[in-house]
Amino acid sequence: MAESPTIPMSGAATATLAFAPLSATRMLVIGGIALIVAGLVFGDIFAVFVLHQNANRIGERLLAATQAVAAGNSGAVTAEFAAIGDFLENRGTKVDTHVHVIDFGYLALLLAGVQPYIAFDERSKRRLAALFLTGAVMLPVGVFSIHYVGLKYSPLQSIGWASIFADFGGLLVLVAAAGMAAGLVRYARAHQAAATDYPLLAGQSWSGRVLLTGGSLLILAGFIYGAWHSACDLYRLEARESSLLITMADSAAANHLGLASAAVGDYGLLQSERAVKIAAHSHIIEFGLLAMLLALVQPYVYLSERWRRRWTVVLLAGSVILPVCVLLELRFGLVAGGMADFGGLLVAIALLGMLAGVLRHTGRLDAQGAAP
Amino acid sequence: MSAARKLLILSGIALAVWGMGWGLAYAVFFEHQVLDAMGGQITTGFVGAAQRNLPAAHAALATYAHSEFNYVRQVDVHSHWIGLAMVLIVLGIVLDRVNLDARLRWWLALMLAVGSAVFPLGVTLQTLMAGPLPLALAAVGAGLVIAGMAVAAWGFARAPRPAGEAY
Repeated sequence: MAESPTIPMSGAATATLAFAPLSATRMLVIGGIALIVAGLVFGDIFAVFVLHQNANRIGERLLAATQAVAAGNSGAVTAEFAAIGDFLENRGTKVDTHVHVIDFGYLALLLAGVQPYIAFDERSKRRLAALFLTGAVMLPVGVFSIHYVGLKYSPLQSIGWASIFADFGGLLVLVAAAGMAAGLVRYARAHQAAATDYPLLAGQSWSGRVLLTGGSLLILAGFIYGAWHSACDLYRLEARESSLLITMADSAAANHLGLASAAVGDYGLLQSERAVKIAAHSHIIEFGLLAMLLALVQPYVYLSERWRRRWTVVLLAGSVILPVCVLLELRFGLVAGGMADFGGLLVAIALLGMLAGVLRHTGRLDAQGAAP
Repeated sequence: MSAARKLLILSGIALAVWGMGWGLAYAVFFEHQVLDAMGGQITTGFVGAAQRNLPAAHAALATYAHSEFNYVRQVDVHSHWIGLAMVLIVLGIVLDRVNLDARLRWWLALMLAVGSAVFPLGVTLQTLMAGPLPLALAAVGAGLVIAGMAVAAWGFARAPRPAGEAY
């Protein structure tokens, strides 16, 4: 791959060049925001229609398993745990889909940000971007399909075609990221102290500054909460889970079904507590990262300053509401859950607003390019 | 490209590639087998209870708890390496907006890069060895990352320098 020439030019000229039709930067910015929106909407649908219902079904099956233990029916125990495994797979693959779509969206935006530092020609960068986006779609679609495809026609004992498809998508993303890393190393070797005039770094708007400061504070809050959780809470929850499983098995074996049933209830609450705490930790950090990434693309959001500020405030408000209300679910239940979903919706709406601005920017550039 | 920016972006990309490779290898060679084994262990525990063989039930549930401990940490390591890598890259890109002098920025970059590599390493070592070393590594890594992020947030929040002043 040939190294791109370094030609001094103005910020506006660089912006036009970097965001040219079908350029790697344009593909990654639009693809990245679209992936994040898709992941957020998928996450909201999953939270509303699958998550709680699935948890209730797991609780019912676990209760049935303890009753089968009390009755000494080993076959029924095995069948109930097979059903629980099925529900857990349904939940796990959907969480993985949600997480991977959003994370690939973030990575796409990040890779858009480092495009000027990748010392390959535009055609090679475009190929790497296309490879990345192909894998970024393939992996979550494959993961989502695992629960439905299972091991049908699979040549392997534990891994089905959907997993193979997902892993191949992951490999494509990995190869694309490694290719871009090679371009970065090449750039770093060639340019020891060059200052860049790249537009992603040039904007100093109110929206950009607030998104950067707000984003870094959200990430910091998430780090501190995560450190507290792992130091003070994680081991307690793990020990409690183990103890509850033994209580279920022992009390069911002794025909104390009331005790076993109470342990199943406590186990369900414990799982909710774990899920809620991990979700709060991961969401606040991811929204912080998203805010910082969106600060980078502000020069490409072709909206009036008033609307850019509105979307910034909506995004940061949603980024605080969602994790805080997720945590409050432990105390206030579905009311807090509904508010958390509303927070997620605010983030998705703000993202769509900014995506509209980016699309307007691309339209304007294309029209300028097409003008005689 | 300044040394601090180079460190953040290159270590971020390297960590992301490493985290993705780790996740891919784990998914292909271990995850399905581990999940199958965990399902078998918890079922064996309850089947043992149904057969009134409580020592066997307890042993199977203890094995399940140990497998879950390892599985949770392997997934955590994959997501933390990639998540922290993204934080490194984004901070590398916007480093010129962190209103600190070049020396402090270099220390900030070093703290974040070392912490982002060491913290998940400590977590993964917890699955391989007992004792205080893995916990200490994870704690030191987390401390470096938190301190680095606090400095970065402070740098973003500080009033921008007058135009033309070199960073």
